[in-house]
Amino acid sequence: MGTLGFDLLALQLFAGVALGAIYVLLAIGLSLIFGMLTVVNFAHGAFFMFGAYAGVFLAARGASFWASLIAVPLIVGAFGLLVERFLIRPLYGRGIDYPLLLTFGLAYMMVEGIRIAFGTLGLPFDTPESLQGATDIGIGFFPTYRLFVIGATAAILLGLWLFLERTRYGLIIRAGARDPQIVRVLGVDVSRVWLLVFGLGTGIAGLAGLLAAPLQGVSPEMGGPVLAEAFVVTVVGGMGSLLGAVVAGLLVGVTVALTSLFVPEMAKVSIFALMAVVLLVRPQGLFGRPGLLS
Amino acid sequence: MAHATTAEPAAPRAALSGALERHRVLAAAAFLAVFPLVAPFEALAVNILIHGLYALGFNLMFGYLGLLSFGHAALFGGGAYLCGIAIVHFGAPWWVAIPAGIAGAVAIAAIVGALAVRTRGIYFSMVTLALAQCFYYIFYQASDWTGGENGLRGVDLKAIALGPATLDFLDPRTRYYVVAAFVVLALWLLSRILASPFGAVIEAVRENEARARACGYDVTRTRLLAFVLSGAFCGLAGALNALHLSIVPIESMAIETSGLAVMMCLLGGMGTFFGPFVGAAVFLLLESIVSVWTVHWQLVVGAVFVLCVLFFPRGIWGSILHWAAGGGR
Repeated sequence: MGTLGFDLLALQLFAGVALGAIYVLLAIGLSLIFGMLTVVNFAHGAFFMFGAYAGVFLAARGASFWASLIAVPLIVGAFGLLVERFLIRPLYGRGIDYPLLLTFGLAYMMVEGIRIAFGTLGLPFDTPESLQGATDIGIGFFPTYRLFVIGATAAILLGLWLFLERTRYGLIIRAGARDPQIVRVLGVDVSRVWLLVFGLGTGIAGLAGLLAAPLQGVSPEMGGPVLAEAFVVTVVGGMGSLLGAVVAGLLVGVTVALTSLFVPEMAKVSIFALMAVVLLVRPQGLFGRPGLLS
Repeated sequence: MAHATTAEPAAPRAALSGALERHRVLAAAAFLAVFPLVAPFEALAVNILIHGLYALGFNLMFGYLGLLSFGHAALFGGGAYLCGIAIVHFGAPWWVAIPAGIAGAVAIAAIVGALAVRTRGIYFSMVTLALAQCFYYIFYQASDWTGGENGLRGVDLKAIALGPATLDFLDPRTRYYVVAAFVVLALWLLSRILASPFGAVIEAVRENEARARACGYDVTRTRLLAFVLSGAFCGLAGALNALHLSIVPIESMAIETSGLAVMMCLLGGMGTFFGPFVGAAVFLLLESIVSVWTVHWQLVVGAVFVLCVLFFPRGIWGSILHWAAGGGR
């Protein structure tokens, strides 16, 4: 501890925030979808992976990273719309486990589909040129791309917040999460809102995949561990709570970063210990409402 | 209880399925004893038995208790690793190694269960998946004990000493009968558990948690105990798999292995006694057929799974039982 300067600690904390930003984006999509549709999307990791590969596909055809930032969530989100409309919609009202099982099977198909199209081996993903190198942030030099990930996540969260709080559609979504039956009675076509929310959540997952690609490369299996970690974030934050997803995502990111600094061999396991503690102390999660899932 | 509704025209069918239900362990034992004489595919049959046993342990949680676990790979893999470690590192005989595997899986089940049963419904699936991933990392990192990425090699069992007699474990038919004996024992145990008052409580908790609670049953402890029992069955399956393969691959702890149990159970019919074995048989047969003409077997797995969920939620054995009980398709 004595040999570690304050600056190194601060930098590592910042690295944790950058990692946490990816978790936040994943968990917020999961939470949004669950809050509205009461569907746990077990294919969320696969959508994340799909986003990274959509970025690979576009880059190979000469699209800039900035164009991909717009195009990837649209492509992945559009695929999400199809999945909700044709696969998940028939299962509403048939018990909470069925959509979960279905998305699990879907994840298998997506992973294998990507293997057929892009091969089984992982691929590198270059950091866009203008974001390479490091920037001085006062406490030391920090990789520019990670700064960009933090900024992009903040922008997405702000946009999402404005959308949910300030628009008519956002109002309907919040009302629908509270009580879909009443919203339906008031003459709103809830199924269209659900379709939109699933597209939105999966689109954000795709974007998270694209943002994560330069950090870790892409491989067909990249969605699996990420899914487990996103679940940890959702359980810690509280299912269906957007604020919880943000706070828990950052908390998990920082936990990983700090344990890799002090006890690197525990880095992967630490977040599960965090989840265990939260489950013991507060089973509904930090910001979850008790009884939501009964 | 579940099959009490018998329609008039289906009486002979129902009588047959009723008889099968009453003597289910005896029927299974007879079937397994004759099977290799009729169809000499011992290698595949051993695989089916082991995975069926694994799916059976899972079925206790999902089918009978109604909790969907996505973390059973930790129990299957834990049983395999502990059995393998006992043999590789301690040179233990089979009668120590197999109980060691079961004990290891029971311990993991107690840890995962103690945390997971505090949650309900969808949370349960997420928490079990996450904790299984945690155990995957732990076993991956402890490479001195587990071989890490390469898996645990050298789980060799050549012969089983049984009093004065010695069984040649390398002979496919003997191996089949050894595994089958364990499976029949497990089936008998499960049958006894389901027929016991505790089995009735399990189903009561599934059907109506609030009412079970109001009747004075400790729902949380019932779930935990069921999870631990499920761990014992899956641990036995894992231990047998380690002996069968002579290696414990790290993949036996991966999410895909958890999914395997879910898939086999759903395919065969969740909450039915023989469903897991039917599911395992169909799944593994399908796998060996499909892998002949494509390496992208997982695409077929996923598609079969999605179609099952959408159109065929009762599963194969479940549909047969439903038909036998006089219900329409």
